[in-house]
Amino acid sequence: MADPTDDDKPHPTPREQQVADNLHVDASDPHESPANPENRIGIDRRAADDENREQILANAPEAIIGPTTPQRTRKTTARRVARNVVEVKSTGHSWDGIEEYDHPLPRWWLWTFYATIIWSVGYVLAYPAIPLINSATQGLLGHSVRSEVAGEIQRFEEANAPIATRLASVELEQIGQDPELLNYASNAGGAIFRTFCAQCHGSGAQGSSGYPNLLDNEWLWGGTMEEIHTTVLHGIRDPLDPDTRYSEMPRFGTDQMLDDQQIDQVVHHVLAISGNPHDAALAAEGEVIFVDNCSACHMEDGTGDQFQGAPDLTDAVWLYGADGQADPATIRRIVHDGPFGVMPSWTDRLTESEIRAVATYVHGLGGGE
Amino acid sequence: MALLDHHKIIEKNATLLLVFSFLIVTIGGLVQITPLFYLENTIEEVEGVRPYTPLELTGRDIYVREGCYTCHSQMIRPMRDEVERYGHYSLAAESMYDHPFQWGSKRTGPDLARVGGRYSDEWHVDHLVNPQAVVPESIMPGYGFLRERMIAPTHMSSRLTADVRVGVPYTEEMVAEARADFLAQANPDLDPSGLEERYPGAQQRNFDRQPGISEMDALVAYLQVLGTMVDFSTFEPDPQR
Ligand code: HEC
Ligand code: HEC
Ligand code: HEC
Repeated sequence: MADPTDDDKPHPTPREQQVADNLHVDASDPHESPANPENRIGIDRRAADDENREQILANAPEAIIGPTTPQRTRKTTARRVARNVVEVKSTGHSWDGIEEYDHPLPRWWLWTFYATIIWSVGYVLAYPAIPLINSATQGLLGHSVRSEVAGEIQRFEEANAPIATRLASVELEQIGQDPELLNYASNAGGAIFRTFCAQCHGSGAQGSSGYPNLLDNEWLWGGTMEEIHTTVLHGIRDPLDPDTRYSEMPRFGTDQMLDDQQIDQVVHHVLAISGNPHDAALAAEGEVIFVDNCSACHMEDGTGDQFQGAPDLTDAVWLYGADGQADPATIRRIVHDGPFGVMPSWTDRLTESEIRAVATYVHGLGGGE
Repeated sequence: MALLDHHKIIEKNATLLLVFSFLIVTIGGLVQITPLFYLENTIEEVEGVRPYTPLELTGRDIYVREGCYTCHSQMIRPMRDEVERYGHYSLAAESMYDHPFQWGSKRTGPDLARVGGRYSDEWHVDHLVNPQAVVPESIMPGYGFLRERMIAPTHMSSRLTADVRVGVPYTEEMVAEARADFLAQANPDLDPSGLEERYPGAQQRNFDRQPGISEMDALVAYLQVLGTMVDFSTFEPDPQR
């Protein structure tokens, strides 16, 4: 809109005239008159500013407006309990009419804060804290995380010492005869099994393809206490333990000892002797191949050999299967690529009594001989 | 108080406020960080810790790339329950060649600081390909593709040089032989004597038991060395820490 000129002088209504009087502006001046819509915002603002100024002056501290008499006090009445709100000083900071009061901190907060400062002084004296030239201050309490954890471990070891020493020193066969030892070993062994063995053998020792089920009475290397103990102590095919159990089934396909057709035949023979669906003609050819190539480890009748960890192929238990069942494709892969099941040695990780405990637990799972 | 009244000057001058804030943060930082550089007991000397072999280092890079640290920590704290489950508590020296270290603070899965030797290579491969096949309760995702991705030590020497720049003591010989060492560790048909001389205790195997060197080989080689460098049967902890 163009600037108002003298030609169109404002014609204030009585109400506009009143507003102009209140604000001390000239109602006939086009630049000030409330009759001119262009001016309304400025006029509203000025009214607000005036109101603000008055409020600030009313509450401003002495520093700004000099002493006022009498001291003004804001007084409010709470809904239920009447209480005085003592004078709240202003900090003197004011931005666009917004003033910053100088409220005191809540008492409870302030005292908590002081208490933490006092606590920190005590803490710095008592515990390792301040770095100096060569090392940090060690603190009056002589606290050390390392000795603390060492002490705690020792406390538990000492508590278990009598029974753990007995467990580590009796004959393996005797553990089962002594109810107290058996009880301790099975419980401790269960905890050890769930910590160290469950990842491979399953939380219920049910195993999975490549990792034997320890619940049944079919054993690769033997299910007596003695054999289980040896298996856990030195592992199976562990590259890092020189005393580990070792045997290696040849990789008949990869190393071209048998051709694809021969492998098919021998796989069907394995399916036949284990009572699974098979092709009789292929299986008959396979029998010869089996006797020539496999019987040194799996025996002529396929019942296996625990000295070499060679599984019994005639039963319904499969180390490498699908959901525990015979699976022609898997058997074919095993004969072609050669299996190489590895179980780590526990000599360095578990103590003798722990190894005996977990062996007792496994022995007691149902399949122990 | 006259001095305190001057805070207005700082409050009204943005540049001055910035300069003073920076000064305060610097002092705080110096007080906390400087002592770590000169205090003798920050990193105690421990025998056996060596820089990673080129193959292990590659595995470590894959570990970082795949974000395994988002679920796994690599620091056993000095507490009885942790020591009983994972093994000896971690020492600062054990991660002194880690750039960046993998301590972590999030354990969705177990701590891996001492996972080396605890499982077989076969288990690691089975588990990484399909965790639920061996641990039915697992919520870890599968990483089967690592087996298909073949890797070559094209930039191995530069990779070692990068670590030398940040203080890992790879010798000139190690840098020069990086390529050969990488290949030798994953192939049992090659002579491991150079590798073993430069990196005592390095394990030479075909980790994933399939031909060629895949990312799986490297990752498993790395997992199998974790926490195995220090011989704790001879280690005497300094109780002053
Ligand atoms: C890295 C995986 C893994 C871990 C961990 C593991 N095992 Fe095994 N375990 C195996 C494999 C694989 C075999 C079968 C090896 C073979 O093919 O001969 C096996 C075999 C065994 C056997 C022999 C079974 C038989 O039929 O003769 C026993 C006993 C055994 N484990 C007990 C344990 C105990 C106890 C623990 C814990 C302290 C444990 N295992 C931890 C993988 C593992
Ligand atoms: C040198 C000894 C040896 C010879 C020879 C051998 N095996 Fe094996 N076989 C083993 C061993 C040991 C295992 C268990 C391997 C493991 O657990 O890693 C095994 C496992 C198997 C399995 C898996 C059994 C299961 O429960 O899942 C099959 C099937 C098998 N052999 C078939 C054969 C056939 C067929 C031949 C001949 C062509 C043969 N083996 C020759 C030692 C031998
Ligand atoms: C989503 C979280 C998650 C991610 C990401 C993850 N993991 Fe895991 N991891 C787990 C959980 C949970 C377990 C425990 C259950 C199991 O054994 O699978 C586990 C177990 C493991 C274990 C066995 C540890 C033990 O002592 O039992 C290893 C080794 C492992 N993870 C390696 C890796 C690697 C290497 C990566 C990266 C490629 C990775 N994880 C990424 C969650 C994760």
